Amino acid sequence: MTGSAIEAAALGKTYGRRGPALDDCSFRLPTGRICAVVGPNGAGKSTLLALAAGLARPTAGRLTVLGTTPAAARARIAYVAQDKPLHPQLSIADTLRLGAELNPDRWDAEFAQRVVEEGELDPAARVRTLSGGQRTRVALALALGKRAELLLLDEPMADLDPLARHQLMGTLMAQAAEHGTTVVMSSHIVGELADSCDHLLLVSGGRIRLGGPIDDLVAAHCLVTGRRPAAELAPHTVVESRATGRGTTALIRPDGPIAADWEAQEPSLEDLLLAHLRSPGTPALLTPEAERKVAR
Amino acid sequence: MFAYRIDRRSGVATYVQLVQQTKQALRLGLLEPGDKLPTAREVVEATAINPNTVLKAYRELEREGLVEARRGLGTFVTKSLGSAPADSPLHGELSRWAERARAAGLERDDVAALFTAVLEEQFTQQPTDRPTRPKRTAKGDPA
Repeated sequence: MTGSAIEAAALGKTYGRRGPALDDCSFRLPTGRICAVVGPNGAGKSTLLALAAGLARPTAGRLTVLGTTPAAARARIAYVAQDKPLHPQLSIADTLRLGAELNPDRWDAEFAQRVVEEGELDPAARVRTLSGGQRTRVALALALGKRAELLLLDEPMADLDPLARHQLMGTLMAQAAEHGTTVVMSSHIVGELADSCDHLLLVSGGRIRLGGPIDDLVAAHCLVTGRRPAAELAPHTVVESRATGRGTTALIRPDGPIAADWEAQEPSLEDLLLAHLRSPGTPALLTPEAERKVAR
Repeated sequence: MFAYRIDRRSGVATYVQLVQQTKQALRLGLLEPGDKLPTAREVVEATAINPNTVLKAYRELEREGLVEARRGLGTFVTKSLGSAPADSPLHGELSRWAERARAAGLERDDVAALFTAVLEEQFTQQPTDRPTRPKRTAKGDPA
């Protein structure tokens, strides 16, 4: 059994008098996964990442990262916030030097340098003169140069052009293949993560809706079509159903065999996510691997 | 070095694309026994796909006896997939069959449909079409 990169127990975060940004989230992310944190805007994705990075404190529940508190794990975590905060007056070269001096024990200067060079950036250029995509590249170079065990990336690819996106995602995957790095990336675009990630957390309304290996989550669902009313699907958990012509098409979590008069097929990841987002009442599903193992 | 190309819109599972492209390379002679497949790291760096996808494809190729993983060294081709050469008896038989089909008044599409139907009959249980779900392995595998 592999260790846990992140474990959350009844985790909650409330900002001021607004409703909770995260509410009663319990899940486990095993180490070595490439995890997509997916959900609509305002779902709580950024809050979850900031809590894991130790930049915010939970207002309820508990969170362990790499087997300890987020604060104690800080040297082993790299976090890139959504707005890619960097010092605007520093040059790229100075920014990388800052990375080296703040991470004296683990900094990989050559690697960070290479990430910057692949974007054909001038090391003497000041951060404030860079475009959004170029700043993202420098922020990722800092995070990658740290050679962290856990990379927390909030919307890392949002302002990159397709070429840079493909190339940086390739660099991330190579880092994971070589060092077994756990990567957690948030996005509201499913397509950009589907090929790179093997694990999923679907967050909406501050709650975890789906958690587990993507293959297992997809396999736990079925897209069925038949000339039958939706009520006949009752033994199964119906995530979403729609009338089509004289029959019904539905996304279900089968509980036992499906009656022969339904034609069943495997849903795509996108089918799965959209159906769950449109049906907030569906019970959450965490695969056994994504459930917290600790005795309560 | 042999390179893979991922078509995100094909609807074919990514690991199946890797398996198919490797087989195609074996048929075309782009890969021969003894050749080393790219490492998982090299494949993911070039394609941005998940490392486990590459390991899954290589396991499938290994299961089919086409490649062999040598610990610490990489994954090597062990078998070629030579298609029947143009002067083989099979080619001659197929050629005569096609002549008869034509003489019987079949159109090109009819012949193709018939041939495909027979292929389906004879080669139903394609292992890559019905994937099992192998357990995930740890990263950092030398595959």
